[in-house]
Parts: sequence; structure tokens; C-alpha cells
Amino acid sequence: MNASHASTPHSGHYYVPQPSIYPIILSAGMFLLALGFILLMNKFAPGPWVMTAGAAVIILVLFKWFGAVIAENQRGAYTDWEDKSFRQGMVWFIGSEVMFFAAFFGALFYCRNISVPALAGMDPAFTLYKDFTAAWPTSGPKGASFTPMGAWGIPAINTALLLTSGVTLTWAHWGLMKAKRSQLNLGLILTVLLGVIFLGFQAYEYHHAYTEMGLTMGAGVYGATFFMLTGFHGFHVTLGAIMLAVVAGRCLSGHFDAKRHFAFEAVAWYWHFVDVVWLLLFVVVYWL
Amino acid sequence: MNTATHTLDHHGDHAHHPTGILRWLTTTNHKDIGTMYMTFALLMFFVGGAMILGVRAELFQPGLQLMKPEFFNQLIGVHALVMIFAALMPAATGFANWMIPLMIGAPDMALPRLNNWGFWLLPPAALLLTMPFVLALFGIGDGAVATGWTLYAPLSVQGGIGVDFAIFSIHILGISSIMGSINIIATILNMRAPGMTLMKMPLFCWGWLVTAVLLIITLPVLAGGVTMLLTDRHFQTHFFDAAGGGDPILFQHLFWFFGHPEVYILLLPVWGLMPHVLSTFTRKPVYGHTAQVWSFIAIGVLGLIVWAHHFLTAGLPVPALLYFMYSTMSISLPLAVLFFCWIATMWRGSMSFETPMLFALGFIVLFGIAGLTGLVLADVAADAQYHHSYFVVAHFHYALFAGGIMGVMTGVYFWLPKWTGHMYSEKLGKLHFWLTVISFNLTFMPQFFLGLAGMPRRIPDYALQFAEFNAISTVGAFALGLSQLLFAWNVWRCVKGGEKASAEVWEGTDGLEWQLSSPPPYHSWETQPVVK
Amino acid sequence: MTTLNPQPHQPALPFRHRLSLLAGPVLALASGAAFADYTWNFPTPVTPIGRDTLSMHNQFMVIITVLFVVVFAIMIYSMIKHRKSTGARPAKFSGPTGAVQWFWTLVPFAMLLFIDFVLMGIPAFHAVVDMEDTRTKADMVLKVTGLQWKWKYEYPDSGVQFVSTLTTPREQIEGKEAKGEHYLLEVDNEVVLPVGKKVRILLTSTDVIHTWWVPQFGVKRDAIPGFLRETWVRIEEPGVYRGQCAELCGKDHGFMPVVVRAVPEPEYAAWVDKKKAEMSAAAAGGDKTWTMAELLAKGKESYEKNCAACHQPNGQGLPPAFPALAGSKIVTGPLLSPDGKLIPDSHVDRVMNGKTGTAMQAFKATLSDVDIAAIVTYERNSFGNTKGDMIQPAQIKALR
Ligand code: HEA
Ligand code: HEA
Ligand code: HEC
Ligand code: CUA
Ligand SMILES: [Cu+2]
Repeated sequence: MNASHASTPHSGHYYVPQPSIYPIILSAGMFLLALGFILLMNKFAPGPWVMTAGAAVIILVLFKWFGAVIAENQRGAYTDWEDKSFRQGMVWFIGSEVMFFAAFFGALFYCRNISVPALAGMDPAFTLYKDFTAAWPTSGPKGASFTPMGAWGIPAINTALLLTSGVTLTWAHWGLMKAKRSQLNLGLILTVLLGVIFLGFQAYEYHHAYTEMGLTMGAGVYGATFFMLTGFHGFHVTLGAIMLAVVAGRCLSGHFDAKRHFAFEAVAWYWHFVDVVWLLLFVVVYWL
Repeated sequence: MNTATHTLDHHGDHAHHPTGILRWLTTTNHKDIGTMYMTFALLMFFVGGAMILGVRAELFQPGLQLMKPEFFNQLIGVHALVMIFAALMPAATGFANWMIPLMIGAPDMALPRLNNWGFWLLPPAALLLTMPFVLALFGIGDGAVATGWTLYAPLSVQGGIGVDFAIFSIHILGISSIMGSINIIATILNMRAPGMTLMKMPLFCWGWLVTAVLLIITLPVLAGGVTMLLTDRHFQTHFFDAAGGGDPILFQHLFWFFGHPEVYILLLPVWGLMPHVLSTFTRKPVYGHTAQVWSFIAIGVLGLIVWAHHFLTAGLPVPALLYFMYSTMSISLPLAVLFFCWIATMWRGSMSFETPMLFALGFIVLFGIAGLTGLVLADVAADAQYHHSYFVVAHFHYALFAGGIMGVMTGVYFWLPKWTGHMYSEKLGKLHFWLTVISFNLTFMPQFFLGLAGMPRRIPDYALQFAEFNAISTVGAFALGLSQLLFAWNVWRCVKGGEKASAEVWEGTDGLEWQLSSPPPYHSWETQPVVK
Repeated sequence: MTTLNPQPHQPALPFRHRLSLLAGPVLALASGAAFADYTWNFPTPVTPIGRDTLSMHNQFMVIITVLFVVVFAIMIYSMIKHRKSTGARPAKFSGPTGAVQWFWTLVPFAMLLFIDFVLMGIPAFHAVVDMEDTRTKADMVLKVTGLQWKWKYEYPDSGVQFVSTLTTPREQIEGKEAKGEHYLLEVDNEVVLPVGKKVRILLTSTDVIHTWWVPQFGVKRDAIPGFLRETWVRIEEPGVYRGQCAELCGKDHGFMPVVVRAVPEPEYAAWVDKKKAEMSAAAAGGDKTWTMAELLAKGKESYEKNCAACHQPNGQGLPPAFPALAGSKIVTGPLLSPDGKLIPDSHVDRVMNGKTGTAMQAFKATLSDVDIAAIVTYERNSFGNTKGDMIQPAQIKALR
């Protein structure tokens, strides 16, 4: 291979940020959070305190860190070249999230199609469970009874909410592209609102499930997969809503222009990804 | 926008980095971070090794001499997790950090601050993994995870606080690896010197590209699996409990969906590095560059669909058994391509045998044994006999130590002069090589026979007919461990000083990384080179 | 890799080769003679599956040894011929050039395909199908249940059932006594199976995954809690065959051997009758009223066999994993409710029903009424516990 130091398409200089103390502090915060949680689960008294300390450190550092990034951006430190790295980073990050959800969907598929039929389908002469038949929903051969969650009440409303929020977000994006700032701001605020309402409904649904339907985390594999999938999704909606709120705040203070708005797009991708996951959830968890 | 950058003063960041400890804590420089990864890896290699020396000492003779079975179980699992996640993977990431920007003509990694975070997640994770040992001394909990590195439910559901520590350690390690992978992918896709098409890209970078994609695909699944384990342990779910309709085998699927690709994650960077070393010391171009690229990709794809060969005795249906058997066997095809290319690279070259070349050759032969025994393990019927016996332990140490660790050592000897600007001691290096190869075989060759004769793995005590081979293996293990002190000593001396290395270092080198001085300047390629 | 002739199985070779050890392992390796009668390969198989497996294994070892030798002979030839010190000049090629080279490049892959999918693939296919055919023409059923850390065996045809536990004394394990011939591979109740019959083996577990493995049968199958798994054996030679649990199952994983005694059909029938008689004698004990002294004696014996692994012979347990029974709130709590019912989370409840998610299993599945009554009584009046009360087997029976 041969090289010469000629001028290149990236005639600019790739921005290498200053040394930063944030990452190591963030890691320390995560360590404390994990340690505290472990202690809490195993009923050691200092657990909640250690956890709180960890969470505080994390929140503080994130403020600082994102603040630094936003400042660099406003300074114009980033060119198209850096922008492309960010985009690639975000795409692959969402890819890893897809696989995270895939693990839980995989568990649901496995329980429904492999383990429950296997438990019901043993040689009748020697079966371990006399009257267990394969059916879904189920809480397994020894589970307590419960009422499964129907699809056409709150879940259907929630579907509509999230789909609408996808639309408002795209509408906001159009506003940004056409420099209609009020459309941008309104669209973002609506999106966040829709997200929050979604979460409110979900909280209500959980409450109802626990208090009136006997549907708990402990309700066999149905309860386990139901709460794991919808809960993990809800957690992502929460994160997405927070990130959207941050972006909305930045928009209100005049950040971003039609050409350079990586943060906006990253959050938008994330939000759409969360939407798509919901649609899948709606179909395989609630409906089928 | 482009023009605007010139008016900004970010050339100020060149020399201005903190010195002393703060330089290391805060650095965003790919070489500094690479050095930290390598140092951490070496340290943890000794920690993991010291643990297993305890195990080997217990296994020196039949009977329980040194430790309780509970503690024995903790040592083997933590040994494995430390060696894999805290020694071998960080070493490979260290290589990536150091070498990828140099090789592709980039000024740094694409996401430098993230890079720093990726590294600094490792020490907390390692701490979480090993802390329960210490806590137990103070009467908190019952020690580290005692389930083996595979964390099989329901044993891990019933286990103590150590399992929780391991779960969160894995979560944090997972975030670290995913951040590292994202960074490497973005660097490779976005930072290559003009003219360097993907197909012209050096094989080491290709090995890592496939590795990074595999990590992003598989690690989240492991994270999901251990999360379900956590909820089964503490939040009443029944993912792995038949009473609620769950299945312990589900955990095995989730674990090995990650676990099998993991073995290629560990070795792809090494397979990427080998052609560089071979072509340098044979003074001949790499044979079959394109073929090797496609083999890496094929290994990645096949690696994702063969996971159940790790639990062929769990009672899978016949069609599944046959599928996993044949798909596993088919991985021998792309690997044969690699072996073929390695040997064809050597063929009609002009070889000399410096330490890196010796390690590369040792790697090829010993990893050949690992691969060929892997091939027979894939056979479902014969696997009923091999499974969970010492035959498997021998197989994977040939892959992990002779393939992984010796592969990393190949790279260290090969690149150390470039990194430090000094030559290491060739005499010590050769001595280290021969001691390692001999004591390695002394340790693990007998384990093949132990396995065939019927010795199960993960037992602290064994029947009398296994005594002789175990004694030999233990003697070998201590010799192997001691030999590694030579390595540490050699590296240390080289970092401290020694004969100056030229930019090219070796006679037959090829590639951008050899055009920069040894050691390279703080910012690697200020201006990108153009590749023709 | 290995010598390719199956060596006759040497059951155990206590200290016979200690000499070679003293001389140092390197010497021992060099003097191959010392190892001439050592097991270098699978122990002699005694079932059709075992024979299949061994012959496949031998064939594969030949194949991979040949591959290894051929590939590395080429490499070593190159290392000798093409070295700089002998003045070799490097060629320039970086891929196959011309039809002939392409041909030579592709031949190894054609060979490998043939090896993988024909030479190895076809016999493996037949072996797998045969191995998994557990039900066709099965003569009898044996049900095996893994427990931490013992095996329970049931013969559904005759109703015989028993638990099989390691008998190697602790003194041998701790090196205070010379180790016996079958160190770690000996049990109180051997499984007895008739020679020449196809035995369908069903496996399950009550706590964690265990793996039932007898090397000479070529059979290894997981026992998974809550599920049934199957395998089969047809033992062709009478004899005693020893194996071990092969899945890490907790602290005493290394101490749960499998011992199978294969006997001719008539001898088997006699054994079944004897076992049945023993069982009805034991059941009879369940109806009589036991004295405190009888319960304590029986309780001590059963406790040490079933509970001491975790709670220790002195009742101190191994906290925090395994709680002490000495002074335990549960053990020193009330026995039964005034109307003779089970109190949740009481002593009797814990022993009979265990505690899910912990190593404490439900012992009502494996212990007889007498055992449970005796153990409970023993625990309440030992290790410093002085409750002075007792429970009768009949009361336990009523609670089932
Ligand atoms: C880096 C690590 C690594 C690597 C590379 C491999 C590679 C392979 N492994 Fe291994 N394996 C492990 C690490 C690794 N393994 C570990 C850690 C375990 C145990 C985990 C645990 O239970 O704790 C394990 C266990 C394991 C099992 C489960 C055994 C059991 O528990 O019952 C199986 C079964 O199929 C298997 C198969 C294979 C195969 C087919 C390959 C293939 O990739 C090998 C392919 C290579 C070749 C086939 C050789 C190449 C060819 C030649 C030398 C030239 C041929 C010549 C011509 C040109 C004609 N491995
Ligand atoms: C990269 C991975 C890796 C590496 C490098 C190693 C390295 C070694 N391993 Fe490991 N091993 C595994 C991965 C690895 N192993 C895995 C995955 C398992 C399965 C675990 C399970 O069952 O769950 C395993 C299990 C395992 C077992 C089986 C345990 C059992 O089943 O009961 C044994 C037994 O001999 C063993 C031995 C060794 C030895 C002797 C080394 C040697 O190479 C180590 C060399 C020694 C040193 C490097 C020590 C140097 C240190 C000193 C000289 C002292 C220095 C002093 C201080 C630190 C103060 N290993
Ligand atoms: C495999 C290990 C194991 C064996 C064998 C075992 N136990 Fe336990 N036992 C446990 C564990 C673990 C607990 C703690 C359960 C919990 O978390 O409450 C326990 C708890 C108990 C308790 C309650 C003690 C307390 O204070 O909480 C009693 C009583 C008991 N076991 C009796 C027995 C008897 C009787 C036997 C034998 C027939 C036995 N155990 C065998 C593991 C075992
Ligand atoms: Cu039972 Cu291991
Ligand atoms: Cu594998």
C-alpha cells in the first residue's frame, strides 16, 4: 500500500474532544447504582442509599456531559464528517436495542411454542402434570389463575397514541426542514405529551392488572413475558420522552437548523423504533 | 460549514493534555486508551490465572485438600469470566484502539469520549465480579457466583448474592463492549483514508469489523437473558421454571446464542492479525485477501446459527440435533480457507523466525488441534460422550489459550516496538515462547485423555484412575503460569527502554501503520494519507 | 491424538503408577510403558449406542489426525525449504493464478465437504436417529430423578423405588484414611438392570439440572426440573458400571455417582422381589407407633444421609447459604396446628414441601413417612434443640 500526504476530501480536521473526566465519573455512578441495587435486593440496609448516590452521580454527569456536547456543537466544532460518525453510532446503538428486545420476544415465542406444548405433551403414562393442556395464555402447570389482558381497550388506545405521536414528530421535522419554528416547537411538545399520556395509561393498566385481574409478574410465563416486554418498552418510552423533552427545550432556545440537527434526528429515529416495537408488541402480546 | 472549521482553534488540543494520572483518567486519545486496555488485560490475565492455579493445586491429587467445593465452584466460574471478559476481550479491544486508526490512516477513533467511557466501564465490572470474594470475608453473602461461567438456571436462580453481582457485571461489560463496537464500526466505516476501499482494508480491521457486528447482535441477547434471570431470582417471574410454564433450556438458548458467537468474537481479531504477521516474516504478500474477508463474514454468519451444539444432551428433538450438527460442521469450511491462506502465504516466502513469527506458527498448529477437536465435538452421538468432560475443557483451552492468548501475544510482540519505540529482548521472547508451548501442552494434552476416560469437568475431587494425568496437568499449569512472568518482564523492559526501533520495525512490513514513526506521534494521522 | 485401539477398561488403579509420578511427569510421559495399560480412550462400551459412539470416535480421530499431519507436514516443509537463512527469495503471488492453481485450491474444500457431510455426517446421522429412538420395542422403563446430590430410581412396572447416595466416607475424601478402590464411585443402593433388555430411561429432576452419565453405556442425558427427558440402554454384559453426574449442580456436584449393576434376567427378578419385600416392611413401620428413642435413632441415621450435606452433621449449617437448624426459629416453632393441620412455613412444612427458589427441596417426594417423622423429631431434640416433642409417621401420612 502506498500513501502520500496529499489533500483529502476531508480537508478539515477531525474534532477530537479535549480529555474529559465525565466518562470515569459516569462509570463510578453506574457502579454505585448496581452495587446499591444488589444490596437492596438482598436486603442489606445501605442498599437504597448507595443506589441514590449512584443515581445522583449519573444524573449530574449526564447533565454536564450533554451540556459539553451541546456547547461544542453550538461552537460549530462538528462538521459533516463528525456528524456522519454520530449517525452511524446511533444506528448501531438502535441495532443493539433491537437485539435486546429480540431476546424478550424470543422468550415469548419459546414459551408459547416450545415449552408450554412440551409440558403438556408428555407421554401420558408418565406425565408430570395430569391435567395440564397446552393453551395460551397460561400460567403454567402450577400457576395461579388470572385474567389475560385484552387488546381492544387501553392497548388499542395506546397504539393510536403512539402512532399519532409518530406523525406529530414527523410534522415537527418538516417544520424544522422548512424553518417553520413554531410548527417544530408545537410538534415536539405534542409528541412529548402523547408519550406521557401513553405512559399514564400504561401505569393505569398495570395497576388494574395487579389489583383486579390477578395478572402479576408471577402469573406464570404469560405474566412474566407480558410485564417484561411491555415494561421494557415503557422504560424506552420514558427514555425517549426525556430525550424528546431535551430536544424540545433546545428547539425552543433556537438550536438546530435545516441542515445540522443530528440530535433531533437521533431522537426521532429512537422514537420511531420504540413505535415499531409497540406495534409488534400489540400484535403478539395483546392481540394474538 | 466546512470552511467554518478553519476559523476555530481546535489545534489547541494537541499538546494540551493533562499529565500524570489525570492524563490516563481523562484521555480521549486512542493510543492512551489502547494502552490502558492492554494493561488492564494483562493484569486481569494474572488475576484469572492465579485463580485457576488454586483450582489446579486442588486437583493435583484426589481428595479435598485446599478448599471447599463451594469455593472451588466459585473459582472456576470467575476464572472463566475474568479470562474471557476482562483479559482476552479487552486485549483485543486494546489492539483495535491502537492499530485501527494507524492502519486506516485516521486521526483518532470516531467517537473518542465514548471510547474513554468504554474503557472505564471495565474496572467497575471487574470489581463487581470479584468483590463478593472479599465481601464474604466480612460475612456479607456467600461468595462469588458458583455456577460456572454459563450461569445455567435454575442453579443460578437458587444461588447467592454472587449471582446478582455477576449479572450486573455482565450488564456493564455488555455496555462497554457495545460502546467499543459502535466506535470501531463508525471508525472503520467513516474514517478510512481516501482511496482505501473496504476490500483494500487491512485484514485486522476486517476481523474487528465482523467482531463488532457480532458483539452488537449477540451481547444484548445475553443481557436480556441475565435480566430474566434477575427477575426470576427477585421478582417472581417464571421464565426458567416449569411450574409457571417456563423452561431452564430457554436460558441455555439465550446464553449460547451469545456464547457461541463469543468464541469467534474472541478469535476473529486474532485471525485478522495473523496474515499481517505471516506476510511480514515471509516477506511475501498476504495470500487470498478477498477470500479471507469473505471467510470472516461467513464465520460471523454461521457462528450465529449453531449455538445449540453446547447442549446437545439436553434432549432436543432429532431434527434440531441434526440441524445443529451439520451447521456446526460447516464452519470448518471457512476456517479451512483461513488455514489454507495462512499456509499459502508462507509457501515460497523467505521466512525468518522472530518471536512474533514463532507465536504465529505455534498458534496455527495448536489452534489446528482446537479446531479439529471442535469438529468432532459437533457430532451429536459422540458428543454424548465428550460433553461436559475434560475433553471439552482441553478443546477450548487449545482455542482460548493457544488461539486467543497466544494470538494476543503474537500481536504484542509484533507491535510492541511500534508502540514503545523500543525493541523487546528477542532472547527472552524466544524463551517465553518455548516455555509456553511446552508447558501449555503439558497442561492440556492430558486433559483430552482424562475426558475420554470419563472425567467430568467442574469437579473438585475425582476417582483414582484420573490421578496421574491430573498431576501432570497441574505441574504443567504452574510451569505455564510462571512462564508468563517472563512475558510481563519482557514487556516491562521494553516499555522502559531498549534498542531503538525504526518506523518500519520489521523487514517485510506492509501497511500505513509502518509509515508513522515508532512510537507514533500523539495525534496519529493529522492529515489523512491517500491510498492508491 | 490418541491410540486408536480401545483399551480394556481399568476400573481403578489406586497408586499403581505413583512411581512414575515421583520420577516427574516429563519422565513419565517419556516412559510410555508406565502408561501402557492406562485408559487412553473411551472405556469399553457395553451397549449398542456405546459401541457406535466409540467406533465413530475412533474413525474421527483417524480422520482428524490425518488432516492434522497432512496440513502441518506441508507447513513444516515450507518452513524448512522457504527460509531466509537458506537464501530463499520470496515469491510475489497473492492468490491462485491459472486454472491448475485454482484446481489445487479447490481440492481441499471438496475433500473437506466430503469428510464433513459424508465420512462423518452419514454415520453420525444413523447414530443420532438410533440414539433418540427410545420407545420402539422397549422392554421396561426406569425413571431417574436427580436431586441435590443423589439419584432417585423408580421402576414403574414393579413399584420399586429407592434413593442412591454416595457412600465414600468423609475420612477418605479428607485424606484421613486410605482411599478405597471405588473412591467416589460407590453408592448405597445400586440400580439393578437386566442384561439384554431395552430399558427406556426417563429423566427428570426436582431442583436443578443434573446429567445422568455412564461412560460405558455411551449415554449422557440431562435431567431437567419439571420436564421429562428420555434415553435408552441395552446392556450386553453383566457387570457393575460406574459414572457420575455431569452437569454442575451445586456444591456436591462432584459427589453424586451413578452405579448400575447389570445382571441376568432371573437374578433381576429375584432382586425385584427382594426390594418389594423390603419396601413393604418399611411401609409397615409407617403404621405402628414409634417411641422417642426409636425415632431419634432412625432420625439420626436418615438426617446424616439426607440433610447433613447442607445443614451439616452438627446442625450448624453453612450460613448464609445453608441455615443452621440448631436454634432455628422454624425448627423450634410449633409442630402442627392444634387440629393436626400443617402450619405454613413451619418445620414440617419446610421439610415436606421445601422452599421454592432455594436449595431446600420438597422432601415428601423422596422420603418415606418414617424418615420424615424421624428426622423432624431428631432435629427438634438434637444440636442443642430441646423441644421434647415428637411426630409419628402416621401423622405425616395424613398430611400428604
Ligand atoms: C475461541 C474459542 C473457540 C473456538 C474458535 C471454537 C471453535 C469450535 N468449537 Fe468450541 N468451544 C469453546 C471455544 C471455542 N470453540 C468453548 C469455550 C467451549 C465450551 C464452553 C463451555 O461449555 O464452557 C466450546 C465447546 C464446544 C462444543 C460443545 C461441547 C460440549 O460441551 O459438548 C462444540 C460442539 O460442537 C464445539 C465445536 C466447535 C467447532 C466446530 C469449532 C470450529 O469453529 C472449529 C473450526 C476449525 C476447524 C475445523 C479446523 C480448521 C481446519 C484445518 C486445520 C485444516 C483442514 C484442512 C483442509 C484444508 C482440508 N465447541
Ligand atoms: C480466555 C480464556 C481462558 C484462559 C486464558 C484460561 C487459562 C487457563 N485455564 Fe481455564 N477456563 C476457561 C477459560 C480460560 N482459561 C473457561 C471458559 C473455563 C470453563 C469454566 C466453567 O466451567 O464454567 C475454564 C476452566 C478451566 C478448568 C476446568 C475447571 C473445571 O471444570 O473444574 C481448568 C482446569 O484445569 C482450567 C485451567 C486453566 C489454566 C491452567 C490456564 C492457564 O493458561 C493459566 C495460565 C496461568 C497464569 C497466567 C497465572 C500466572 C500467575 C502467576 C504465575 C501468579 C502471579 C501472582 C499473582 C497474581 C499475585 N480452566
Ligand atoms: C441441597 C441442600 C439442602 C438439603 C439437602 C437440605 N436442606 Fe434444609 N435448607 C436448605 C436451604 C438452602 C434452606 C434455606 C431456605 C430459605 O431460604 O428459607 C433450608 C432450610 C431448612 C429449614 C428451615 C430452617 C430455617 O431456620 O429457615 C429446615 C427446618 C430444613 N431446611 C430442614 C431440612 C431437612 C430435614 C433436610 C433433610 C431431610 C434438609 N433440610 C435438607 C438446603 C438444604
Ligand atoms: Cu448433579 Cu451435578
Ligand atoms: Cu460453540
